[in-house]
Amino acid sequence: MGTTTAATAASGKREKIALLKVLGPVHVWALGVGIVLVGEYMGWNFSVAKGGAYGALIACWVIGLLYTCVAMIDSEVTSTVAAAGGQYTQAKHIIGPLMAFNVGLYLVMAYTMLEAADALVVGDLLKAVAAQYGAELDPRPFVVLTIALLAWLNYRGVFMTLTVNFVITAFAFVAIVVLFLGATGIGGGGSVLLHRELLVDLPYGWIGVLAALQFGMWYYLGIEGTCQAAEEVRSAGRSIPLGTMGGMMTLLIAASLTWYVCSGLIPWEYLGQATTPLYDAARLMGSTELEVLLFIGTLFAAVASANGCINDASRAWFSMARDRYMPHWFGAVHPRYRTPYRAILFLIPIAVSFAFTGLLDQVITFSILSGLLGYTFMSFNIVRFRRLWPLGSIERGYVHPYHPLPCIVLGLLCAATYFATYLGYGTSLLSIMAFYILVSIWFVLRRYRYVKRGEQFTMPWPRPKGY
Amino acid sequence: MDDKAYRPPVQKGLGQFVDALVVLALVYLSLLAPLLLGGTAAESAEPEQKPAATWQALQQNPTMQAQWEKLGHTPETAEPIVTRKFSYDIEPWSLGLTVAVIVAYFFFVLRVSDREYREVINERFGRRTGREE
Repeated sequence: MGTTTAATAASGKREKIALLKVLGPVHVWALGVGIVLVGEYMGWNFSVAKGGAYGALIACWVIGLLYTCVAMIDSEVTSTVAAAGGQYTQAKHIIGPLMAFNVGLYLVMAYTMLEAADALVVGDLLKAVAAQYGAELDPRPFVVLTIALLAWLNYRGVFMTLTVNFVITAFAFVAIVVLFLGATGIGGGGSVLLHRELLVDLPYGWIGVLAALQFGMWYYLGIEGTCQAAEEVRSAGRSIPLGTMGGMMTLLIAASLTWYVCSGLIPWEYLGQATTPLYDAARLMGSTELEVLLFIGTLFAAVASANGCINDASRAWFSMARDRYMPHWFGAVHPRYRTPYRAILFLIPIAVSFAFTGLLDQVITFSILSGLLGYTFMSFNIVRFRRLWPLGSIERGYVHPYHPLPCIVLGLLCAATYFATYLGYGTSLLSIMAFYILVSIWFVLRRYRYVKRGEQFTMPWPRPKGY
Repeated sequence: MDDKAYRPPVQKGLGQFVDALVVLALVYLSLLAPLLLGGTAAESAEPEQKPAATWQALQQNPTMQAQWEKLGHTPETAEPIVTRKFSYDIEPWSLGLTVAVIVAYFFFVLRVSDREYREVINERFGRRTGREE
């Protein structure tokens, strides 16, 4: 079983347990796509409300470029800093402790809030299906049940968790392809798509396209989670770039197919507020088989995403606790299952409470903005990484091409997406920034005193240039 | 590793509990702040004249109308969805404030991180007497 790192012995001494290197590029692909694919089933369509159907398509490709830059940069750094904690560990070694603390929180918040949104989709989908058959269903027990069951799975072990994720993610992806084949008539029968009649011009002009960038992130949000597997892959230098870039290509294809089918079947105003647009598209095609397939696909995609989010959020929280950035109590590993069980259990009620705040817009914005802050960090992290350890000074698993073009493009697209967030959720943006500022001050004034200094640097690298 | 390594104090259980609560309290506060401050997510502008609830008034062509009906909607139930419009007004002062907050945040984090990072490197690799070329 691939497990996380340290176990705390009864004596209080920490014993380092090496991770099993059993994963290949396919597993990395499954982890990244598993977290993200739900974005095709729900969430991306809010960009249609912001900028119309064409605006959402432009956002899909522009944000796709942003994430391609993320994947390129992340592949180089992760294949070199192949350690648990992902970007948090990278920040700790390359930028410094306060940045690492913030990056750890970005990961925890982005994934925990995405998990809450995923569980809400499961509840809403069951409610919608029950309503179709004239029954009323309270979705809340299903939301709690989903989170609790997945947390139990995560508690019992990472191997089974990711195996389940692979199967249900593959199913959800195939469901999108089958829907596309059915809708276009490639799979037999004629095309049922009505683009000519349903598509309209940009309803808000180009400012709407800019505004759509915010929810365009939903197509890909979380692909950077692949780096959480860095310590468990057989060859980080091969598996991380292949798995991550392969995952990005898969998502670009899935996103384009999703947009094409949904915009050809659903009026844009409805599409812009739909909870489960792909399932709605299947309903409109009048095929019971497709409806059932997309119902299961939506359910599986949401469950796979929530599952991956629990995995990644708990590991980020665990990694911070292990370094004492957060209370050390959460840094324990289960003696039998070798999972960060306290971190997993601690985040369950928090995810449930996020789901029940009634502030879904705010929760999703918090998740997106936390991700965006993380991508902004990546743009200057790679510049500093190349400066402190120039090419040839340490062994890199992968060197991404065209540096510094990807980080410049990434920085510019991040700035455009901040502007998009300002357009739709300006007050929320400021309140979330206030959170990160306050919590940073709290870390500097109170929390950092509990952190060991030199022991944070664990990579076998030479002294960084200039320090 | 430096012999004079910093030895952090051991934090008791209550302190750890309080620290976890502080972070959580700040998260919830920031989630509620837009409501408390009167700002709302996805502000929309009311249309000046509400159209009557017919598909024609909602500017839905026959194909759109058919799809709405397949989705279980009538002109009355579709009206609040169709007439919901976003307002993309840009207020220079609020945009300036937002930019300033984001820039100040990263400046603060990077500045403090650099100071802490030097401490980490000096403890990990030993103090350097001169600057590296």
